Amino acid sequence: MTTTRREKSLIVIQLTGGNDYLNTVVPYEDGRYYDHRSTVNIPQEKVIPVDGQVGFNPSMGPIKTLWDEGKVAVINGIGYQTPNRSHFRSMDIWHTAEPDSIGREGWLGRAIRDIDPQGDNVLTGINFGRGLPRALGCPGVSVASVGDLATYGLFPDVRDEELRMFTLEAFSRMYGGAAGGDPVLNFLGQTGQDALHGADILRTAPAKYSSSVEYAPNSLAQNVKAISQVFHADLGSRVLYTTHASFDTHSGELLTHAKLWDEVAGAVGCLMDDLEEHGREDDASILIFSEFGRRIKDNGSGSDHGSGGVAFLIGGAVDGGMYGEYPSLAEAEQLEGDLRSNNDFRSVYTDILEDWMGLDAAPIVNGQFEKLNLFRS
Amino acid sequence: MISNDTSLMAHLLRRAGFGASRDELEEYLEMGYDGAVEALLNPSDPGNMPDDLIRRYHVEQSELRDLAGSAAYWMYRMISTTSPMEEKIALFWHSLFATGYAKLNQARSLLNQVDMFRRSGLENFEDLLLELSKDPAMILWLDNNENHGSAVNENYGRELLELFSMGIGNYTEDDVKECARAFTGWTLGNAEYMSIRAAKDSIWPYGRIAWHFEYRNEDHDDGEKTFLGETGRFNGEDIIAIIVKQESTARFLATRLFEFFAADEVTEGGEKVIHEMMATYFSSGYQIRDMLRTMFHSGYFKSEAARFARVKAPAEMVVGAIRMAGNYQNPALGIEKVSNTMLYMGQGLLQPPSVEGWHEGLEWINSGALLERVNFAAKELSDVKSPGVRSIIDRLEASSGDGVLVPSDLADRCLDLLGPIQVSDETRSVLVDYASRQGDLDLTGHQLGDEAEQRVGNMLRLVAATKEYQLA
Repeated sequence: MTTTRREKSLIVIQLTGGNDYLNTVVPYEDGRYYDHRSTVNIPQEKVIPVDGQVGFNPSMGPIKTLWDEGKVAVINGIGYQTPNRSHFRSMDIWHTAEPDSIGREGWLGRAIRDIDPQGDNVLTGINFGRGLPRALGCPGVSVASVGDLATYGLFPDVRDEELRMFTLEAFSRMYGGAAGGDPVLNFLGQTGQDALHGADILRTAPAKYSSSVEYAPNSLAQNVKAISQVFHADLGSRVLYTTHASFDTHSGELLTHAKLWDEVAGAVGCLMDDLEEHGREDDASILIFSEFGRRIKDNGSGSDHGSGGVAFLIGGAVDGGMYGEYPSLAEAEQLEGDLRSNNDFRSVYTDILEDWMGLDAAPIVNGQFEKLNLFRS
Repeated sequence: MISNDTSLMAHLLRRAGFGASRDELEEYLEMGYDGAVEALLNPSDPGNMPDDLIRRYHVEQSELRDLAGSAAYWMYRMISTTSPMEEKIALFWHSLFATGYAKLNQARSLLNQVDMFRRSGLENFEDLLLELSKDPAMILWLDNNENHGSAVNENYGRELLELFSMGIGNYTEDDVKECARAFTGWTLGNAEYMSIRAAKDSIWPYGRIAWHFEYRNEDHDDGEKTFLGETGRFNGEDIIAIIVKQESTARFLATRLFEFFAADEVTEGGEKVIHEMMATYFSSGYQIRDMLRTMFHSGYFKSEAARFARVKAPAEMVVGAIRMAGNYQNPALGIEKVSNTMLYMGQGLLQPPSVEGWHEGLEWINSGALLERVNFAAKELSDVKSPGVRSIIDRLEASSGDGVLVPSDLADRCLDLLGPIQVSDETRSVLVDYASRQGDLDLTGHQLGDEAEQRVGNMLRLVAATKEYQLA
């Protein structure tokens, strides 16, 4: 395995379902916000003030603390031209950096390929959750997908530990035999060994980790804890990804959205504390994004799919602050009743790829995009 | 001793179906190989799980609105059909004419497309291309609703030639333009409204409305066109009639069928079969069923060279293991978790990654996907409560005479009953060692879930985890 220790890692938290920008970074000084959001709004007195113009959702306390420390970049009005309000398609666009055609490769899959072209480390990219977000998918790139770090590996349903060990040993012999003449069986054998090896290494992560930080019992916090365990085990993982859902708040938004952000902000706060405790806060950056924002006007109980949204980049190396303009709520400036995006998401990717991961961004994001300079130089 | 007939029949059923339990295999063996080929190529009443039963359990499979429920709905059909070739050919066309939910937000129209593949997938290729060109999901997927007489959109015209019929290098850029012109005006009813609803993911006010084809003469470019050397005032039908005459089309179709049903790699022996299939394509007037008959009867297909020469696609892995275990014969809550396993392995039904479909063969295999594949099959086939596994236990007991199996018999008989699966000497010796750990197996008087049965389950788990089980 190549040594990629102590290199910069990217942690991604995907907010699936379309996070409501207006109720996340709230333009509480703009009366039009309360006109359009007559029911589904955050009352002025509850907003956590940030810069006199906008404030954070009351559930975002831990993120406000990080903001005060200058570690939070808020990327306003993020999106792409000609917004698509379909969850799947818009998420696809974010994942493949291909707004105009159906892309084949995920942007982070490409990044992983560039970081580790020979696939020497099967843990360069890891998703925490079942399956693989398309962002991480790329032909020929192996990415581990960890549903539960505690049981990750082969035959998780075999409870009898002795039987499981015996079965794993047999598996190892079947896949680890001398390479024969059949290339397909050889490849299967190699991949089986990789899977076993990856699982063995990952299983060592929790033991290598100790921390005084206590993560909440919700699924996101537990996945973020697993990310922290793997990150601090120094396994050469450069991209650590997880998702949280569902932000598709068509109804009952206020309660749901508050709970979701409570979980997100809590998990991010814990992770940053954890990094600091280990003296690693300059080694990881956290990207938080969603496939789109939501309609300006509420529907009486929630809000429907919209366009321009908000993303966050958080970390010790991040140059905190507001990036880009908050899109105007004026009737004439709206796009079919939505906020008009004014920051291309591929600019943020370019910042991350070039200034954080040290990669050539243009071939990954399919073009040249002006950077926002999100990292402290 | 496993007869060659049994091995050959199991091979046929892995390709023209999703593998077969020993009971199924015996039914096909009674027909003989030729009879089995005909039975498979001429699907009759599939006897699949009925809709009224499914809908009692799954609201989302009634409206067929969301992706996960709709993928599970198709999986139910693959699991429960008695005409597996009908589903296999639908999966073939779904992989080749790959249309995805992401852009459409319209599962019902996608399932209608799959139904069209069932109905026409073994028939005349010219008719199939015509149906494809009129298929509403395809029209929206490849933007033919944006292909107007006054403003041509080449997307469908190009892919029809490149990905669906002739293959790149057999036509010019001018042919693409002329082809696209011929398909102007081929759209869906109320296309403008429907495409906005698709892009907005809107279910209001009427839920998802299944689309239908509409030809708009006023939007069609009726001018003269020159396509592949022929000139006329061609419409879409004329273009397809020219496409299907091409030798490149015959080669393309024969090759894709061969790779899907016979072997991932085309060797010299395979090349010969492809030539025979091309000859059949022309002599039969473009009949897909006849091309497949030629392939299934070829010496190459029946030979050892073609056995286990394909990596199982995730759909084959999941559905094959479930059918072997005899599970999910009735609706089960949470079935989406099962069909999602295919997605975790890299093949979500109704959601191919792009119009190019999935990358098949060895590209199915990476460490994450392999972990999912092994864990799924091992769990499915080691559960001694499953009807299929119970039947295997009964057969093991019956075949042993006195109810006692020595370790090598246990390993060999499990390999036989899950296939027959051929494994390397190395794999076999690991299996036998594993069985030897607890000595001879006495199945006399076995009871549900007792230690003797668990030992069979453990053996089946390990067989399902072999390298060889990854192959079809």
